[in-house]
Amino acid sequence: MARAAVPGRLTWQVATLSAARWENPSARTLVLDVPGWPGHLPGQHVDVRLTAPDGYQAQRSYSIASSWPTPDGDRLELTVQRLSDGEVSPYLTDDLPLGGQIELRGPVGGRFVWRPQGTAPVLLVAGGSGVVPLMSMIRTRAVLGDRHPFRLVYSLRSPAELYYGEELRRLASGDADLDVHYAYTRAAPPGWPGRPARLDAAALAEHGWPPESGADCFVCGPAAFVEVVADLLVDAGHDPGRIRTERFGGTT
Amino acid sequence: MATVSPGFGGRRRTPRADLPPGQYEEQGFPVLSYGPTPRVPLDEWRFTITSESGTQQRWTWRELMALPHEDITVDIHCVTKWSKFGTDWRGVSLDVLLADTETTADYAVAHSYGGYTTNLPLEDLTDGKAWIAFSYGGEDLEPAHGGPARLLVPHLYFWKSAKWVNGLQLTETDEPGFWESVGYHNYGDPWREQRYQGD
Repeated sequence: MARAAVPGRLTWQVATLSAARWENPSARTLVLDVPGWPGHLPGQHVDVRLTAPDGYQAQRSYSIASSWPTPDGDRLELTVQRLSDGEVSPYLTDDLPLGGQIELRGPVGGRFVWRPQGTAPVLLVAGGSGVVPLMSMIRTRAVLGDRHPFRLVYSLRSPAELYYGEELRRLASGDADLDVHYAYTRAAPPGWPGRPARLDAAALAEHGWPPESGADCFVCGPAAFVEVVADLLVDAGHDPGRIRTERFGGTT
Repeated sequence: MATVSPGFGGRRRTPRADLPPGQYEEQGFPVLSYGPTPRVPLDEWRFTITSESGTQQRWTWRELMALPHEDITVDIHCVTKWSKFGTDWRGVSLDVLLADTETTADYAVAHSYGGYTTNLPLEDLTDGKAWIAFSYGGEDLEPAHGGPARLLVPHLYFWKSAKWVNGLQLTETDEPGFWESVGYHNYGDPWREQRYQGD
C-alpha cells in the first residue's frame, strides 16, 4: 500500500538503475531497483536526490510511470524529460550509468491518484510529458484487469515527442474500454486525419466523456496547458470537484 | 551517508545562504494546484474569520480594499523544491483582520474557494508574519496564482499560503488540512526541511 495512506516517515532509499530505454530523443525511462519499495498508487511521485562526490546535493520531484505491482517483477520506472538548462534531468537522461545509484523517497501525493473504485469512467488528458503519471494509471488498470472505461487524450507537438507509443497501441488494440486519441499541435504523422491544432473544446467533447457521465478527470502537463484544459472541462459542465490536476514546472 | 551518483556534478553554483536545504532557485513562478482554478467574482467574494465560539466577522472585497495595505517583499519556498527570491506583494496584514477577534484558540484552518484547507498555529499568522495578498508584482493577483486573494505566509512552505482564501476558522485543537492529511508535514518549516510527515 502507498505510504501516503499509511503515515510514517519517508526515508531516503537507494535506487539502482537496472535498465533504461529512450522514449524519444529527449526522454529516458529509468528502470530502477529499489529494495523495500513500499509500493505506490498510480499518479504519485517521488523525490529524487543526487549527491556529487564532494557532497553537493540536488533534489527534484518526478512522477512514477510504472504500475505497482508490474506485470513482470517489481520495479519502479520514472520517465525523465531532458530540460536543456536543467541541473538534474540531463544527468538522469544522459549520464546515469546502468548500475549507477540515486536516492529517492516516496511515494508522495494523495490527490492526483486513480483508485479503481465506483463506476465512473475516467478521462486522462496529457500535455507532453504530463502523460507519465497517467501512464501509471493505464498500466495499473491493465495489471488489475480492471474494466473502468478509460479515455486518454494525449496532446503533443509532434510524433517525435511521443512517449510509450508502442505500448499504448498494444494496450488499446486489445481493449474496447481503453481509447487513446492523439492531439498533435504542430506536426502530425503522415496520413493523419485533420490538421495539427491546439486541443480545444470540440476535441475534448469528441474524445472525452460527457459531463453527465460523472467522469473522473485527470489533467497533467505544463501549467498553462493544464489551466486551459481544466477551464474547458469546467465550461463543458464537468464538476470541478472531479477534475484533478497536476501542473508540471513551467510558468504562466 | 548519502549515496554518491557517479558523474553527477551539479550546477556548482555557490548556494545562496538564504536558500533553504533541498531547494533550488527558480526565476519563473510555477503554478501548482490540485484542481481547476476557481472563478470568484469580486462582488461575491467574502473573507470570514470564525472564532472557536462560532462568532463570525466578514469582509467584502470593497471592505478589504478599504483596510490599510502593506507592500511586502519576501522569499517564497515551495515544497516541490523551487524557491523564488524577492517576490513583491501587496496585501492586508492578518494583524489588521484579527484585531477585533476575541479568541483563546491556538490554531487556525485556512479555507479556500474550491474546498482547499490548510492548518497553521495562530501565532504563525500574527505579528507581521502573514497577509491576505491581492496583488503580485504590481498587478492584480492572477487567478492561477490564487487571485482574487490568497493567504501569504512566506516563512512556511508555500502550500500553507492558501490560494483563493475565503476564511480562517480558529480552533482550540490542531486540525490537519488537505495536504497535511495525506502525508505532508503538519507545520512545514523550509529551514528544517519539514516536507513530509516525520521530517
